[in-house]
Amino acid sequence: MSEAEAKIRTRGLSAWFGARPVLRDIDIDIDARGVTAIIGPSGCGKSTFIRCINRLHEMTRGARMSGKILVDGVEIQGPEVDPVALRRRIGMVFREPNPFPAMSIRDNVLAGLILNHGRPSRARGDEIVEAALRQAALWTDLRDRLGAPGTSLSSGQQQRLCIARTLALEPEIVLMDEPCSALDPVASAKIEDLLHELRERYTVVIVTHNMQQAARVSERAAFFLDGELIEYADTDTIFTAPLDKRTEDYITGKFG
Amino acid sequence: MSGRKLSASDRALRWLCAAAVLVPIAVLSSLLVSVALVGFTQLDAEVLAAVGGALRDSVYLGLLSAGLAVPLGVGAAIGLEQYGARATWAELLDAKVAVLAGVPSVIYGLLGLELFARALSSGRGLLAGALTIALLVSPMIFVASREALRGVSASQREAGLALGGTRWQIVRHVVLPMAIPGIVSGTILAVARALGSAAPLLVLGGFAAARVAPEAADPLAVLPVRIFSWIAGPAREGAGGNAAAGSFVLMVVCLGLHGLALVIRGRSTGPREAEA
Repeated sequence: MSEAEAKIRTRGLSAWFGARPVLRDIDIDIDARGVTAIIGPSGCGKSTFIRCINRLHEMTRGARMSGKILVDGVEIQGPEVDPVALRRRIGMVFREPNPFPAMSIRDNVLAGLILNHGRPSRARGDEIVEAALRQAALWTDLRDRLGAPGTSLSSGQQQRLCIARTLALEPEIVLMDEPCSALDPVASAKIEDLLHELRERYTVVIVTHNMQQAARVSERAAFFLDGELIEYADTDTIFTAPLDKRTEDYITGKFG
Repeated sequence: MSGRKLSASDRALRWLCAAAVLVPIAVLSSLLVSVALVGFTQLDAEVLAAVGGALRDSVYLGLLSAGLAVPLGVGAAIGLEQYGARATWAELLDAKVAVLAGVPSVIYGLLGLELFARALSSGRGLLAGALTIALLVSPMIFVASREALRGVSASQREAGLALGGTRWQIVRHVVLPMAIPGIVSGTILAVARALGSAAPLLVLGGFAAARVAPEAADPLAVLPVRIFSWIAGPAREGAGGNAAAGSFVLMVVCLGLHGLALVIRGRSTGPREAEA
């Protein structure tokens, strides 16, 4: 992959919680199209890594980072970059489904717009809601109950509603932090199906502790261990012919 | 078997817990019943008029002080909420206000006397009383509102941030709608407490009124102050009956407000959790 194609590039990215380092000197180029999986044992810094990309990490008390992150070649730490505007371009789906309980399904989908610009017109809102719910494979299930509270859905549907809410803002990048960890296998499979659709339109970075899932959904995979990037390659290579002994040990289940 | 060995102390603890629950319930219900029996039997047209006048004054004072304290308490809590968990000074302020909420109400009476009645020379009328009661309840409203706002989980705020919301937008559209039932019920409880407290108003001037002219019209002679004057004032015919009936009405009002607060709080969590 040439550097020009990289959607996200980090150079010397390090991050801390207080005095404790969680990421050390990460250099990575993430392709514009397709799914990149971030794998590694608990506490290896993989969630922190994606939370740096949308500058959510710095919102935690005592958290800080250094180094460079470039999106489309532009440094996102720069003083001229507004983190709030940046987060509209870089969506995030969390570990636990977290639809807004005080909002209907429809308002949940429109939440990003309601937050930023105020409620869109009825017709425009209908359009956005339908498009986003279709992309999240929820439209046929929910079209007749858009007024119900977002929390009235099953947890798998709630997570897809959160994906729809993210897509409604038409982001360029979608970050996913173990989006299936709170879901049963059937609901997880639906999210994975969705990923196959999303890869065409968005840069997707997914953190997962599930090896099979990483193998199924991603084109490229990065293995993190103790805050360091150990190996980054095509997913096939990582799973069949890893260069580093530690990667192989993790993949084959010797630890983690 | 260890289970059998433990069972003696287990049983003792169980009795202790049961007693801890039952004794307050028994005391409260006997109080309720006796006040209700005495108070209810005393209710006639004359008593009703006396108690009704005092209740009307209570409502005026309660509404006016809530009108002053709610914007202050809730506004401060929301304002502070914007700064999130990052600001140490916000934490300090929290602790300070929590202490204020624990200051005995009679101290607020002294403060009100000095500050409003004397310094601002607004007299010892309704306004001074309402300002004093507002000072008394606004820390309680602030503490209840902060709790309600902080009860909204961090994941909700993060979701808002990830959608490109500013702190204020997230407070306005995500946090506040979820916290409103808690804020409202906390406010009702604070106002209910203020309605029942006589001490600050007695300090503020109600005491003189109560001793000298128990039946004279006075905006500070709210229900608890009247009850005090009926009991402590010069012995007159009917004072005992008025006191009993007044206590009964005051208790019904306060318990009613507490019940309302419970219903509002229960509503906010009940159905939603059932649906989830």
